[in-house]
Amino acid sequence: MVEWAIALHGGAGDIPIDLPDERRIPRETALRHCLDLGVSALKSGKPPLDVAELVVRELENHPDFNAGKGSVLTTQGTVEMEASIMDGNTKRCGAVSGLTTVVNPVSLTRLVMEKTPHIYLAFDAAEAFARAHGVETVDSSHFITPENIARLKQAKEFNRVQLDYTVPTPKVPDICGDSQIGTVGCVAVDGAGNLASATSTGGYVNKMVGRIGDTPVIGAGTYANHLCAISATGKGEEIIRGTVARDVAALMEYKGLSLTKAAAYVVNQSVPRGSCGLVAVSANGEVTMPFNTTGMFRACATEDGYSEIAIWPNN
Amino acid sequence: MGGWAIAVHGGAGIDPNLPAERQEEAKQLLTRCLNLGIVALRSNISAIDVVELVIRELETDPLFNSGRGSALTEKGTVEMEASIMDGTKRRCGAVSGITTVKNPISLARLVMDKSPHSYLAFSGAEDFARKQGVEIVDNDYFVTDDNVGMLKLAKEANSILFDYRIPPMGCAGAAATDCPLQMNGLPISIYAPETVGCVVVDGEGRCAAGTSTGGLMNKMMGRIGDSPLIGAGTYASEFCGVSCTGEGEAIIRATLARDVSAVMEYKGLNLQEAVDYVIKHRLDEGFAGLIAVSNKGEVVCGFNSNGMFRGCATEDGFMEVAIWE
Repeated sequence: MVEWAIALHGGAGDIPIDLPDERRIPRETALRHCLDLGVSALKSGKPPLDVAELVVRELENHPDFNAGKGSVLTTQGTVEMEASIMDGNTKRCGAVSGLTTVVNPVSLTRLVMEKTPHIYLAFDAAEAFARAHGVETVDSSHFITPENIARLKQAKEFNRVQLDYTVPTPKVPDICGDSQIGTVGCVAVDGAGNLASATSTGGYVNKMVGRIGDTPVIGAGTYANHLCAISATGKGEEIIRGTVARDVAALMEYKGLSLTKAAAYVVNQSVPRGSCGLVAVSANGEVTMPFNTTGMFRACATEDGYSEIAIWPNN
Repeated sequence: MGGWAIAVHGGAGIDPNLPAERQEEAKQLLTRCLNLGIVALRSNISAIDVVELVIRELETDPLFNSGRGSALTEKGTVEMEASIMDGTKRRCGAVSGITTVKNPISLARLVMDKSPHSYLAFSGAEDFARKQGVEIVDNDYFVTDDNVGMLKLAKEANSILFDYRIPPMGCAGAAATDCPLQMNGLPISIYAPETVGCVVVDGEGRCAAGTSTGGLMNKMMGRIGDSPLIGAGTYASEFCGVSCTGEGEAIIRATLARDVSAVMEYKGLNLQEAVDYVIKHRLDEGFAGLIAVSNKGEVVCGFNSNGMFRGCATEDGFMEVAIWE
């Protein structure tokens, strides 16, 4: 008999230590709220797949994280959301990209997984699929927040693709000094060792229209099998090259590393410094949340009563 | 050991009743592509360039399911995808939802080399293509009569056409009355259309891999398979280059291409052992095949499907083109 465990993240990146309270506290509160939701669900016997989905839905609905409402904007000022989900037992998975009106992308991935013979649907067709299944959609403007409009403007001024946590240089007015938002994700394991992972994002500030990151790529941003479940966050291009989520599990399977050592290896060796963080749980109820960035919004809890909500290292 | 090596594939899972002349056509195309690659390798062209030029040839030829000759979506259109990876620094590029770009593999290469991203899709990818000045054609350029016929049959069978399955008795009956050909509903005049791929290790020991496809016949619009997904359909590292083909969903779940390299890196297996391992242990009930090269100049093909169109060659003069076991 194993203990349940859950971990979730709201993005890894260059989150400055002097993040003002008015930026930090709402996010910590949200992490706590989502953790509590996830823990209650596990305690009431909900399967990890349901738990991962409901926690990510909650994070998508929260405007301070880069997923669902609050997604960062493409170079055209639009929202293109993507997500994926994976069930460790069956290794069934679902992924979506290019969503513009679906309120909860993670729930659409679940539908793709369960209601189609496919794994991954994207753009207009994914939107059409959503409508055909009566999934909740809204006008695209719902997802766009003033903070993200400002971030896009700032990024364009910098004229480069920006991971949304960069600390602005002094010459740019501190409109939204934080930009500390990123992908969201949740991993969970129940008392029977069932594992699941889900990840959701709006992507990169000022990204090219049609750019797909690591989040919907199974093995990059999301992975789960009978040993562990992983959700990654950071620079999508590096996470894809590093096949981050799959590699944590592969190190456990092929090199016999523990969850903690496998995750640490990937974050420290397989991706460049400053590019990646992840949350992971194992079939044994272990949890790990390593990152090689300045910080990562994260929270976890295990059945033995341990819980943690943190942003920077050694919190 | 050492020296260059190259392998190409035209898909895994083949109708056992495929007529001899079709098998011959396939072998000739595979041979031609291998020879193109061999000439390039002998002129010291790098692995990544060889992969691209060979796949361009496969895309341009209407025989296999990529570029011209791609399988059709449920609406009778073509939506192509491709990915390419350079093992040296594990750089990669991928595209999906391509409808007017003549050579998707070259667009994937441009994404890798000329964009800040790794993966572009649909209208964004098409816009990028135009800005890069790649060759653009109408969507019907890619549509062949063979595939129009195939789509019709697939719709009649009301199933996604997995070309290498013998379908259940139910749909064989329906197909047989309309189609004077085989029981499995496949018209004689058509290959089981499938993905194409190429893997290369050059004289410097650099590995590269690429995969290109039109996807599943009668697929939902917007459906993305394994071919553009790094780690699933395509992967290359300092150790090896891998391209997979077969049941896309099974390949994605298995992260098949990445796992070949991972077992070499983490379990110390050699290329043959690694390929045998993943085919045997990572596919569950799925059917797939792959081609792989190692930085030591080895080349291996592996599949659990009913055949795989493939060809391989090494610097010491070995060359083989095959379809069945």
